[in-house]
Amino acid sequence: MNTILYAGTALLLILSFIKDKAKTKKALKKAWKSLENILPQFLVVILLVGVLLTVMDSEMILRIIGADSGWLGVLLAAVVGAITLIPGFVAFPTAAMLLQGGAGYMQIAAFISTLMMVGVVTLPVEISYFGKRLAVYRNLLAFGFSFLVAYVIGYVEALV
Amino acid sequence: MNGVLKKYRNLVIVLVVLIGVSLFNLEFGKSVARITTMQLKEMLFVIPPIFILLGLLDVWVSKETMSRYMGEGSGLKGVLLAILIGSAAAGPLYGAFPVAAVFMKKGVAFRNILIFIGAWSTTKIPMLLFEIASLGPRFAITRLLVDIPGIIIIAAILTRLVGKDEIGRLYEKASAQ
Repeated sequence: MNTILYAGTALLLILSFIKDKAKTKKALKKAWKSLENILPQFLVVILLVGVLLTVMDSEMILRIIGADSGWLGVLLAAVVGAITLIPGFVAFPTAAMLLQGGAGYMQIAAFISTLMMVGVVTLPVEISYFGKRLAVYRNLLAFGFSFLVAYVIGYVEALV
Repeated sequence: MNGVLKKYRNLVIVLVVLIGVSLFNLEFGKSVARITTMQLKEMLFVIPPIFILLGLLDVWVSKETMSRYMGEGSGLKGVLLAILIGSAAAGPLYGAFPVAAVFMKKGVAFRNILIFIGAWSTTKIPMLLFEIASLGPRFAITRLLVDIPGIIIIAAILTRLVGKDEIGRLYEKASAQ
């Protein structure tokens, strides 16, 4: 995936350069300026994620969200997903491992859903782009929505 | 110099606290350092091309073109484009925010920006393939089918909740950048 992203970016950059050097320079300047603007916040977020993942290991997560933990388990799974920020390529195998270890589908669905849609640690970054109100509302709605996702996936998986 | 100091103040505070804690608990510090490096690698990999693409978009695509395709009057075409662009994206959700800011500057409809963010967060195609491989097609497809209407509905609710005035202010702020 990264290869496509890089190849695509390089291609467009070269095309842009051939067409108009000055414009390309301006584009790169803008790119750097906006990256530099947000960089300090990114770095703080990444450090906090490091702390979170250190404090919470999969054993601890499993204790909270076992298959018979019910809606309380779903709620806790949703909270864990909302505050952690785990890249997808780590999250999905971890979720699969947790399922095998005895976590419930509903709980895992809630965890995956809030993990992707809700970002408590990234909230400062989101607020700086969208303002407090919108960022908070978006995260709250996504959090609530995750329960619906959990319910439907729990229902579908129970059919089999 | 003062500006730089102010910008990095939080980072310095967090670093100092972490180093302090690590003096008492070396294992903790080591683990945080390891995970942070891992995440940093991912970030340094994905983030620079996104910002370069944004710079190019900003310079080459006019506001008129962009708002014709995704602006207020763009209808279903705009919604589909928002879902498509968001789904084709790479990287964690925080990568979507700077893109959204440029979209605002270019006159993309607010609803479509929210749909784009929703798609980026949940229906990314590369991640979906990975999800199918890890959790099975039933899990992944069910989630996708619930999520697509979900993000459209959430976008509609958010647009109502936030209101025209504040949306106007956000657009102004994005344009000033």
